[in-house]
Amino acid sequence: MSTVDTALHVALTLVAPPMLLGVVNKTKAAFAGRVGPPLLQPYYDLARLSRKGMVFSSTTTWVFVAGPVVALVTTLAAAVLVPFGARGAALSFAGDMILFAYLFGLGRFFTVAAALDTGSAFEGMGGAREATFSVLAEPALFLGLMVLVRLSGTSSLSTMLGPGLAHHWGVMGASLVMVVASFVVVLLVESSRVPFDDPNTHLELTMIHEVMVLDHSGPLFGVVLYGAAMKLFVLGALVVRLVLPMDTAHAWSDWGLFALGMIGLSIGIGVVESVMARLRMRQVPNLLVGACLLSAFGIVLLAR
Amino acid sequence: MTLHLILLAIALTGVSGLLALLVPRAHGARVATATLLVGATAGAAGAVLALRGEAVRRAWPWAVPGGALSFRVDGLAAMFLLQIFVIAALGAIYGVGYFSDEQQPQHARKVRAFYGLTTAGMSLLVASANAVLFLVGWEVMALAAFMLVSTDDEDPVARHAGLVYLLSTRVGTLCLIAYFALLRSVTGSFSLDVAALDAARPVSTALFALALAAFGLKAGVMPLHIWLPGAHANAPSHVSALMSGVLIKMGIYGIVRAVSLFVAPPVWWGGLVLSLGIASAVLGVLFAIGQHDLKRLLAYHSVENIGIILMGLGVAMLGRAFGDETLFVLGAAGALLHTWNHGIFKALLFLSAGSAVHAAGTREIDRLGGLSKKMPATAGAFAVGAIAICGLPPLNGFVSELLVYLGLARACAATPGPLFAAGAIGAPALALVGALAVACFVKAYGAVFLGEPRTEAARHVHESGPAMLGPMATLAVLCVLIGVGPVLVAPALDRALVSIGGSGAPVRSAAPLSLLTWIGAPLLFVIAIGVIWAYRRRVASRAQPTWDCGYAAGTARMQYTSSSFAEIIVGLFSTVLRPERSAPKIDALFPAASHFHSHVPEVVLDRAIAPTFRVTGRALASLRWMQRGSVHLYVVYVFAALVLALLVFR
Repeated sequence: MSTVDTALHVALTLVAPPMLLGVVNKTKAAFAGRVGPPLLQPYYDLARLSRKGMVFSSTTTWVFVAGPVVALVTTLAAAVLVPFGARGAALSFAGDMILFAYLFGLGRFFTVAAALDTGSAFEGMGGAREATFSVLAEPALFLGLMVLVRLSGTSSLSTMLGPGLAHHWGVMGASLVMVVASFVVVLLVESSRVPFDDPNTHLELTMIHEVMVLDHSGPLFGVVLYGAAMKLFVLGALVVRLVLPMDTAHAWSDWGLFALGMIGLSIGIGVVESVMARLRMRQVPNLLVGACLLSAFGIVLLAR
Repeated sequence: MTLHLILLAIALTGVSGLLALLVPRAHGARVATATLLVGATAGAAGAVLALRGEAVRRAWPWAVPGGALSFRVDGLAAMFLLQIFVIAALGAIYGVGYFSDEQQPQHARKVRAFYGLTTAGMSLLVASANAVLFLVGWEVMALAAFMLVSTDDEDPVARHAGLVYLLSTRVGTLCLIAYFALLRSVTGSFSLDVAALDAARPVSTALFALALAAFGLKAGVMPLHIWLPGAHANAPSHVSALMSGVLIKMGIYGIVRAVSLFVAPPVWWGGLVLSLGIASAVLGVLFAIGQHDLKRLLAYHSVENIGIILMGLGVAMLGRAFGDETLFVLGAAGALLHTWNHGIFKALLFLSAGSAVHAAGTREIDRLGGLSKKMPATAGAFAVGAIAICGLPPLNGFVSELLVYLGLARACAATPGPLFAAGAIGAPALALVGALAVACFVKAYGAVFLGEPRTEAARHVHESGPAMLGPMATLAVLCVLIGVGPVLVAPALDRALVSIGGSGAPVRSAAPLSLLTWIGAPLLFVIAIGVIWAYRRRVASRAQPTWDCGYAAGTARMQYTSSSFAEIIVGLFSTVLRPERSAPKIDALFPAASHFHSHVPEVVLDRAIAPTFRVTGRALASLRWMQRGSVHLYVVYVFAALVLALLVFR
């Protein structure tokens, strides 16, 4: 990929994520019959937070500030490995899919540790849920990745989701449909959206991600929000590329297709959040096991 | 030169603690530690030389039937020797601060004596090329380690742990003797340095099964791990580090050697080893999550990591069976590097856990908490170990797991059949293990070091001294070094692979090792910059109590404990874990004070092994008269059995 593409890749990763949240909120407002906040509201929020002061719990240590920072940096590093549309990733090598998944693991380690650092029962509860649900999401992700490994014969995301993908849809579409469904579940649970977690809720007992960051404030809370948006963007890019596997052969139309895909994905998430309620906490594992099974069926279909 | 250094090391480490018994008590610790350090340095130098040069073979006659003082230090042996000497030396330095004569007047001398003997026994067995010599090293290691496990012999729990370990290691040795006897009947000698055997013969299957049982018991492969949690938890922490970091790897060494005797192992051998690996890894980490004894939790993680090593080995064997050299390189390099890595980060975790336990006086995770404020160095060391053991980038655990993953992905891309199945099952299983490990270690780290102290003892802790922190810092640096610069260890891996039948294809050609430096180093740098920025902002900001959603009277006891953190996962997997709970039953209007207790037992030992032993014991009650407890009588039995054997098998 060219230098322009790389620059665009990094620039999009840095600038675009809050826009997704804006689209999601607009969609939800439209469903509710409201005008809703401006599309750029998430950017205004980040700007506002960056100007505020911070309050820290005297219980906390350096781990508390490391949580948001590590989560953001690891997401940024993972973004470099994911192909945005047909243009490939900025960096790719055999096994980058494993680094991709494990970078999120590193981010999760510090996010949960930061929550436990406050000594608050609520934040411990959120951390326990985050750690537990990722235990079930991780096999679902890897089962799906194994389907792609099987189809493409490589373990590099850029090749797995590269030019051959459109052809695989023609041959083994059934498997790929299951992988898409399973990845959407992983996307929703990892980025804490409905039906797993409600980013708008204000009842601490029922939250996952929001309840882990109760004590973060000011610019550091801005880092948390920005990192969460970027995680949605990066995981979303994976789904978008799977659903829109075509290559248009022109750089700008490829990028345009990717942008359309991401906007479509945000609208989709907005629709889900408008028409569905959050699941009860004890039902979440069932859905995640279902996602694992879907991907597993996808693999079984390839065993011939 | 190489071999002389290693023999010197075996001799010096072996006598280190015994020598100290001859000098006045006041100098004992210094003499023992200095002797062991000189020996270990010589041995490590010898191992490094062996990793850089050709394999060394040397034999002297020995007046023992079937025995020969024959040694072989090739790449594989050198890798294990280096690990033994480095970790034994660091553990001995740690022991000076942790287990001194002033603190443990009853036990310190004993522990030093058997610590040195265990080290010598392990290095002897690794360097030996003769079955009888191997057995001598094996038994010295196993019995000296028994004395170490039951160090605290006034404590019935420690005595029980020692007894379970002793029984397991006896069974293992029996299998080992049978294995060597069978091997001799095939090859005609007790030499272990034999040419390739034919795996298709039925006797080969028996050899493989015996080796797997004998060495699997030592390595702690599920379900043969029953001795491991108790032994690691009750031994002094530097001994736990030695046992978990190195001693159980002797089982891995044995399995690797046994398997590499055969040119092309059948597919099902590889499949079996991979399946055992998956079972050990998944069940090991699941049981770990349920523990509330910090050192028991770490012990179950040894079962998990032995599983990951076996998964790599299984991939390598499948590669051998299908003639796929790259698959062999990925699997074997992953297994061997993980053997090193686990030695490093598990020793680090046991040493830092020991430091915390030493300061607070309890191993109960739920009675600790908030230690990182008073013990920042110990907490930092534990954090490094925790991230490394979860296999997270950019530390060393990630590199070896990446190699295993690459092998599994390569298998998954192969033509449908056993290879594809191995990859399609193995990779998601490893991902599950990774996520569970993150949950378990963030729980342990958070509950022990973060938050508020849960007891007065945890509030009044002090940081350990330099003798304990120095070895921890060294191990932490090794975790980062191998993680960020894995090419540094690639030559050693290449050398080891050649000695177990590799064609010489370098690891670097199969995996993007040098790229990891270009990713890991910037990642660490950017994270460091970000954390420093955020920390400076923090110092300049206001401090308040934790905002507990408006609740003003929060206490340290209301924090999430390790048991509450693990509760959902333990519940999800309760069919396997069988958690025991005793919850208070509230039936009156004004209930009395009550207690809640939850516990995840050792299911295999409690539900399978112990009942089997009880039933067998009852069935054999009529033979009780033979067991008089008199040593003379047992010597007569041995003699009679020997005569009988000579008459029958002559």
